[in-house]
Amino acid sequence: MNEPALPMLVPVAWYQLLAAAMFAIGALGVLFRRNILVIFMCVELMLNATNIAFVSFARHLGSLDGQVIVFFVLAVAAAEVSVGLAIIIDVFRKRGTVDLAAANLLKG
Amino acid sequence: MWIFFLLAFLAIAGALAVVLLPNPIHSALMLVFTLMATAGLFLTLGAQFLAVIQVIVYAGAIMVLFVFVIMLLNMRPGEGGEEHLHRIGIGQSLGIGLASLLLLQLGLLVMAGKPSLLKSIHPAADLEAQAGGHSQAIGLLLYGKYLLPFEVASVLLLVAIIGAVALSRRHLVVGPGRDETTEEVP
Repeated sequence: MNEPALPMLVPVAWYQLLAAAMFAIGALGVLFRRNILVIFMCVELMLNATNIAFVSFARHLGSLDGQVIVFFVLAVAAAEVSVGLAIIIDVFRKRGTVDLAAANLLKG
Repeated sequence: MWIFFLLAFLAIAGALAVVLLPNPIHSALMLVFTLMATAGLFLTLGAQFLAVIQVIVYAGAIMVLFVFVIMLLNMRPGEGGEEHLHRIGIGQSLGIGLASLLLLQLGLLVMAGKPSLLKSIHPAADLEAQAGGHSQAIGLLLYGKYLLPFEVASVLLLVAIIGAVALSRRHLVVGPGRDETTEEVP
């Protein structure tokens, strides 16, 4: 039978704090940056933070369900990136820039 | 213990660099850095399968896509609206407020010491042990309890593929009596 790779000495709350900090950084990046590509990367950062939270809680509760959910999060992230980057390329073709302010066609 | 702090420091530093660096390609590289650190954190949590998947899917496939698009768009550093921390409007101040609220909440959770969260985590190996291995345990869950979400995820990926192809080929006018390769006037 296999042992866990490393002994678990760190409380799960620290992992949660790390995930919260990463999520906050990603959210601030979404709000502050104007380059659509960088905003997209910040969304990835936020998804990544939720993944850390899921895995640490899965470990905390001694179940693998959280890890399976992270698997689905990865699938959704991959789908989101492929469609989103296609949209970004389309916006770049139409507007010649990736500035967020250029994509204002639906603005009221 | 120290490896958690090292990896957490690397992840946070990389995340800050993603947000703060003006050049998108540097942001992408720092994001790879953060994702690798996250894979290391998954290892410390005993999620070897997810650590490998993280490196392959995120750092491999997704980041290659990002770098490819950055290269394709051929952006120079000044382009793309980079006075990079722009105006602090109402949305931004609201965002700072909400972000600090989230941090404060979890900080209080740690400080107040909700005891089960502060306990060092008990070995989660029992589930893996009875199934005979980590990836086998995940596979059993994936094809048993989570079979329907798994199939939905495969449909989602198919839709994403079709959507990406349709979006990127939209400028080619396709129709009867027209040449397929004529460019639409934007």
